[in-house]
Amino acid sequence: MADVILKTENLTIKFGGLTAVSDFNMEAVQGRITSLIGPNGAGKTTLFNIITGFYKPTSGRVIFDGEDITGKKPHDVCKAGIARTFQNIRLFAGGTVLQNVMTACWIRQKLPWWAAPLMLPTYCREEREIREKSMTLLESVGLSSLAGEVATGLPYGAQRRLEIARALATEPKFLLLDEPAAGMNPQESGELMDFIRQIRDQFKLTILLIEHDMKVVMGVSEYIRVLDYGMLIAEGTPDEIRSNPKVIEAYLGKGAAANA
Amino acid sequence: MKKNTKLALNIFCLALLAAFLWWAQDNLNGYKVQVLNLVAVNAILAISLNLIYGFTGMFSLGHAGFMAIGAYVSAILILPAAQKEMMYILEPIIWPFSVMHAPFFVSVLAGGAVAAAFGLLIALPVLRLGGDYLGIATLGFAEIIRVIFTNITPITNGALGLKGIPGYANLGWNYFWCVVTFYVIIKLLSSNFGNCLRAIRDDEVAARAMGINTFKCKAISFAIGAFFAGVGGALQGSLITTIDPKMFNFQLTYNILMIVVVGGLGSVTGSMVGAVVITVLLEWLRFVEDTMTFGSFEIAGIPGMRMVIFSIALLFIILYRREGMIGGYEFSWDSVAKRFGKKGDA
Repeated sequence: MADVILKTENLTIKFGGLTAVSDFNMEAVQGRITSLIGPNGAGKTTLFNIITGFYKPTSGRVIFDGEDITGKKPHDVCKAGIARTFQNIRLFAGGTVLQNVMTACWIRQKLPWWAAPLMLPTYCREEREIREKSMTLLESVGLSSLAGEVATGLPYGAQRRLEIARALATEPKFLLLDEPAAGMNPQESGELMDFIRQIRDQFKLTILLIEHDMKVVMGVSEYIRVLDYGMLIAEGTPDEIRSNPKVIEAYLGKGAAANA
Repeated sequence: MKKNTKLALNIFCLALLAAFLWWAQDNLNGYKVQVLNLVAVNAILAISLNLIYGFTGMFSLGHAGFMAIGAYVSAILILPAAQKEMMYILEPIIWPFSVMHAPFFVSVLAGGAVAAAFGLLIALPVLRLGGDYLGIATLGFAEIIRVIFTNITPITNGALGLKGIPGYANLGWNYFWCVVTFYVIIKLLSSNFGNCLRAIRDDEVAARAMGINTFKCKAISFAIGAFFAGVGGALQGSLITTIDPKMFNFQLTYNILMIVVVGGLGSVTGSMVGAVVITVLLEWLRFVEDTMTFGSFEIAGIPGMRMVIFSIALLFIILYRREGMIGGYEFSWDSVAKRFGKKGDA
């Protein structure tokens, strides 16, 4: 496939005697929404941490956009075009909604820090552009009216959306969402599905998401990979996964698979 | 509020400050002028520590070390060659330190620059540490500097210190540097770089994921803080005209830390207010160390009583008002306009 944007080759990571991810191979097709599911502790978030450069894999490679990004620092990975959100929301608590988004624009900023005290006209212009870009982003996620509020004071669903907006401000090509629907009620998670599709189309993204809410997983993903004990046990379209005995076994145990 | 209005107000305030200093120079006695000088120097030191600790979240206790570097570099540059030769009685001063000379402005700048260079140097190993560990490591750095300065006698005159440093640091210079510090740090903090620093303080993992090179940003912040600490040290050296390694002990860092915490972590306004309040109180409270008489009852003066009072005050602030006197509040003309009910268009 020519349009594979992210590829992992034989990815393995060990923490002492525990192999958290073992020999993991995947290819993410440009523009597709892929889900990564699996029971707790299956190694999903660990995989995210490897891709985004927080962990260095014991062996294996991560290829992004034709470039080997294995072992690169998180900020370099972000610069290459991969952004993420976190399982437990990690917003900058002291900042406003707008500041949170602006901070993420720093990576695409051209002028260095010392241009600020010099009050260079080009710097003032760049800061203004960043402010406008951030406001546009907030508008597209429906948070522009809250731009001046303290970020952590927002309702839960809005905080999730803000975290995604912040990730989008780094101008990614590939977006990793770690349990975006966690703690949401059915109505909110329904809106979230539309939102994920909307940003995919609007920003031409490829999305990989971890999710436990099966309604969201089945509703939004075009492809699903199932992880258990660090190993890929199944992959396919939502319909294929739904009827895959291995998946049912991983979630519900052996007997359940036989009855299904 | 319009940009031009703000600029005009800022210039007006600066002019007011200049006029006050002009008046103070001639009309206040030497003691009060000295307190005013100390306010400026302490404000520089507090703002620079606040940048490191309050805004970037790096708990640094190395300020006395950077001050020592700034003070010595500047003093060696402004001392006349003849006096240097006369003063170094333990071991003669070595070349090129014996002939180095520079105008006061350049010497202060050099003091800051050398302090910043040392800041970068120690940033490389210690900024990998977080929280309390960083505090211990930087405290160790300040002690190392002090011991080194006591022992490189051919350069620093050892434990005897440097005396008769030309007292160029008058009200004008001190407040000039204070305004420079204020301006540079406010500009940095209100730019997007300032957002990055606060992001690192609030959540370093998220900051890294958002593409911020946290190590680089922390090193820059640390070096800028060190630069202004060096500037503050240089001014203080010239202000009291004599320096020795013992001066730059932990007590000095503690005093600055007290200003920062009392004023409010993460508020430049707080550091300014804190510098004024603490410096003035430190002088004014001297009376508690004198002998006191209540009717026929006499209490002998206890040296160090001031610090007891300050420590208790600090304790209460930590217990009941952790955000400091000012809290996270930052002064701006917009908020003033809002308070007075004017219609401003920001």
